Amino acid sequence: MLHAAIAARAFRRYSTYRAATLAGIFTNSVFGVIYSYAYIALWRANPTAGGYDQQDAVTYVWLGQALLMTIALWGGGSTDDLAERIRTGDVAIDLYRPVGLVGWYLAADLGRAAYHLLTRGLGPTVIGLVVFHIALPASPVAALAFCLSLVLAVVVSFAIRFLVASTAFWLLDQSGVKVMSGAFAIFFSGMMLPLVLFPGWLGTVANALPWASYVQVPADIWLGTHVGDDLVAALGFQVFWAVVLLAACQGVLGLATRKVVVQGG
Amino acid sequence: MAEALAARHLRTYGQIAWLWVRAAWQYPTSFVLLAVGNGLITGLDFVGLWIMFSHLRDLAGFSLQEVALLYGSASLALALADTAIGSVERIGAYIRTGRLDQMMTKPVPLLVQVCADQFTLRRLGRLTQASVVFGWACTHVDWTPARVLVAVSMLVSGALVFFGLFVGFSCIQFWTTDATEFANAFTYGGATVTQYPLSIFPREVMVGLTFVVPVAFVNWYPCLFLLGRDDPFGTPDAFQLASPLAGLVTFGAALLVWRTGVRHYTSTGS
Repeated sequence: MLHAAIAARAFRRYSTYRAATLAGIFTNSVFGVIYSYAYIALWRANPTAGGYDQQDAVTYVWLGQALLMTIALWGGGSTDDLAERIRTGDVAIDLYRPVGLVGWYLAADLGRAAYHLLTRGLGPTVIGLVVFHIALPASPVAALAFCLSLVLAVVVSFAIRFLVASTAFWLLDQSGVKVMSGAFAIFFSGMMLPLVLFPGWLGTVANALPWASYVQVPADIWLGTHVGDDLVAALGFQVFWAVVLLAACQGVLGLATRKVVVQGG
Repeated sequence: MAEALAARHLRTYGQIAWLWVRAAWQYPTSFVLLAVGNGLITGLDFVGLWIMFSHLRDLAGFSLQEVALLYGSASLALALADTAIGSVERIGAYIRTGRLDQMMTKPVPLLVQVCADQFTLRRLGRLTQASVVFGWACTHVDWTPARVLVAVSMLVSGALVFFGLFVGFSCIQFWTTDATEFANAFTYGGATVTQYPLSIFPREVMVGLTFVVPVAFVNWYPCLFLLGRDDPFGTPDAFQLASPLAGLVTFGAALLVWRTGVRHYTSTGS
């Protein structure tokens, strides 16, 4: 109940920036157009690259643009507030509250993600549908699984961003780690180039890392690449990383709390 | 007289910038991580291009090394502009917080202050990476004195074009303070477009990138000259030498927009 209220507040907070949202949809769409032509050139030269056809590839581009803000690929979201509160010391108050810190910020981030999905997710997708005739979900099951996969993607991304923000307990400033983490997220999520194109061992590694949950897994579910057992395995992969990383968040918070107490004298 | 004034502005810019470098150094770990992180972003960017080419022999008729020339030159131009004046993106925030009002009371031109504010050396990462890629791609060029001249003018003009785009589109924030991202479509979007041979796009896009948002002059036309290639779109050869003109026009237009924006500006009162 409390967590739902937190999520609702976060949703409303983001919805006050209307011009920013419109500008963001415009920008995502411009990038969608640029990458679409790049991928069309690639798949025209190699029509079966990575097991995708041209329509799959273009669909992938627009899904990536739609997910960029929802998943907060570059970082940011509720965890930025946490990092700021760690820097100023206000986090000490948060630690007194009778609500878990991870749950609190996760709820806020899910609210933010919901807002970004409805605006910056839906906007580019519609433009992609109209202008580039992207593919719709392969089946009703795929559509449903995609929604589930999306929630898991946000959770995995949240956990990584939470860990990044937590570095502020030791470094005081998260910005350096945030940029590094964003660089890895863009590359290993499949945002820059679908992971199905990554050759050999690089592909194997990229597909096993948590970032694959951000874009590659949801997109493959949408495109109907994963069905049956394969679909369960894909969702299981996301659940695995969500659980492991959330546990890590809790652990890091435990370590940090001891540090805060020491600082407080 | 005008030169003395410009030199003085440049010195003030340098002083403010140096202040911010020293401030950033207060968090040395973050400083280093930011520089490395920025190098990493652009480095992985190029790895992406390389992976793309592991599935291709050429992209719309351009080899990897030729695409690297396009990528390196544009990235270098962007890095120069971004390092020098990238902070201008933040004027929306300065307006909201009333910081711009403070700046207006100081005896230093507003644009100089805004550009130097929160100057950061973290973009050295991109500068280094772009130089390496450009250097490698340059070994592919059959150099003549004319081509050396065009290459130098390409980098300077490219930086001017990006300078103009950064300043010009940031001015939108004088009217809508929270639409920062709108500018990204043109600045970083322009930078992304220039990574690819323009021949992958339809003719209309090429026309737009030549006459509306002139990023085609950042690298596409001069690189055709360096590589001794004909334009697949069949534009006049003169375009290949017109980058300085495009740079100056964009730069001039941006300064005009800036002046209009400042005149239009009314404080939020905060």
